[in-house]
Amino acid sequence: MLKWEKKAGDTEGKIMKYVDEYRDIELVKNLSGKIHEVCSGDWTIMEICGGQTHSIMKYSLEEFLPGNIHLVHGPGCPVCVTPLEIIDKAIRIAQRKDVIFCSFGDMLRVPGSEKDLLGVKAEGGDIRILYSPLDALKIARENPEKQVVFFAIGFETTAPANAMAVKEANRKGISNFSILSSHVLVPPAMEAILSNPLNKIQGFLAAGHVCTVMGYEEYLPIASKYNVPIVVTGFEPVDILQGIYQVILQLEKGSAEVENAYGRVVTRDGNQQAKKLLKEVFKHTDMKWRGIGSIQDSGFRLAPGYEAYNAEEIFDVGHIVQQESDKCIAGEVLQGLKKPGDCPAFAKECKPEHPLGAPMVSSEGACAAYYRFKKTEIA
Amino acid sequence: MAKVDFSGIVKDVCVQWLPEVKEGDYVLAHVGMALNIVDEKDAMETLELLKELGEIDAEMGEEGW
Repeated sequence: MLKWEKKAGDTEGKIMKYVDEYRDIELVKNLSGKIHEVCSGDWTIMEICGGQTHSIMKYSLEEFLPGNIHLVHGPGCPVCVTPLEIIDKAIRIAQRKDVIFCSFGDMLRVPGSEKDLLGVKAEGGDIRILYSPLDALKIARENPEKQVVFFAIGFETTAPANAMAVKEANRKGISNFSILSSHVLVPPAMEAILSNPLNKIQGFLAAGHVCTVMGYEEYLPIASKYNVPIVVTGFEPVDILQGIYQVILQLEKGSAEVENAYGRVVTRDGNQQAKKLLKEVFKHTDMKWRGIGSIQDSGFRLAPGYEAYNAEEIFDVGHIVQQESDKCIAGEVLQGLKKPGDCPAFAKECKPEHPLGAPMVSSEGACAAYYRFKKTEIA
Repeated sequence: MAKVDFSGIVKDVCVQWLPEVKEGDYVLAHVGMALNIVDEKDAMETLELLKELGEIDAEMGEEGW
């Protein structure tokens, strides 16, 4: 049960303040005891964010919970939900000789309909892996003869940095920079899950870092409309058990409130300046989610004043439309209707080295997390 | 821009959205942007509360509850 105690020192002896304390096994045991004490019903809870899924698997947190609490892994992995046609658009753009294509590393191995970005790189495409979209501006300034395109994916946590890159390009007059935008938003996805007739989710752990940017006011109407408790939750083992504890307390007494269990970085209003920038640079749009389909107003596109930075227009790839493969059950996994182990391809044709679907690509994807930490249990 | 130490790796991070940030603060940073300052008071209070959860149980155990 305590096999991860040693793993807590991931930073190889260096203490990461306000991180390591939240991996304290004694606190996890305290919370585990409390959860066992208060939990009498059969409850199904979804953690929204792939980072939380990763922690739950890595630290075997389900072993600290009573058997009648079921954790379902949500769609909060941006790599996993980026639609197939956007990957194909990225590939089309990255193949051009006049383009330097910049991306977060995870996106390079997401399968498009014929190949992935890593394949384009192997064929000689100039594809660069960046830590921050702001680094793409530097590349654009150093390579004025090239078009520099940033693959701007992400949830509300990442969107502000992408917006900042566009705003800075505009302010500094960098005209050879653009973004291939694929931004998704958490609250509309939660509503899509909750309004599905097959839904079995009774409570949510909201994604802590999304709420660091956005705050948590937008979850209040969802909690009351669908009568579900929503607890803003962090990513370390103690955070996650605390979030679960608060959801269970609410479920047991029949309440459906929004609570914040991640007060050290989340406030009710979020980061006002980041939100203001999002409002300026982006506007809401319907978005396709890989494996799930289109959800109304669930994404961002560039706002009218910033359309000149839209790579889809510049490189004329807007018309590309793709149907998803039916081999992969990623859509049902992302909605929490099935577990990775329910897929006949899991750990057979589909592995992190050659993924069929996106949840096997990113370390935050449910399938990859199961593969890495739970494969032997399932096989 | 500010230098942020990620457990030994130092990176330049934009702190434009945290005008009140000062040297020595712990921040939550993501893809080159600092999103919030860690509220150290909240962090410590939460840890204390969680520790007390266990202590209360231990005391109750001794009294035979």
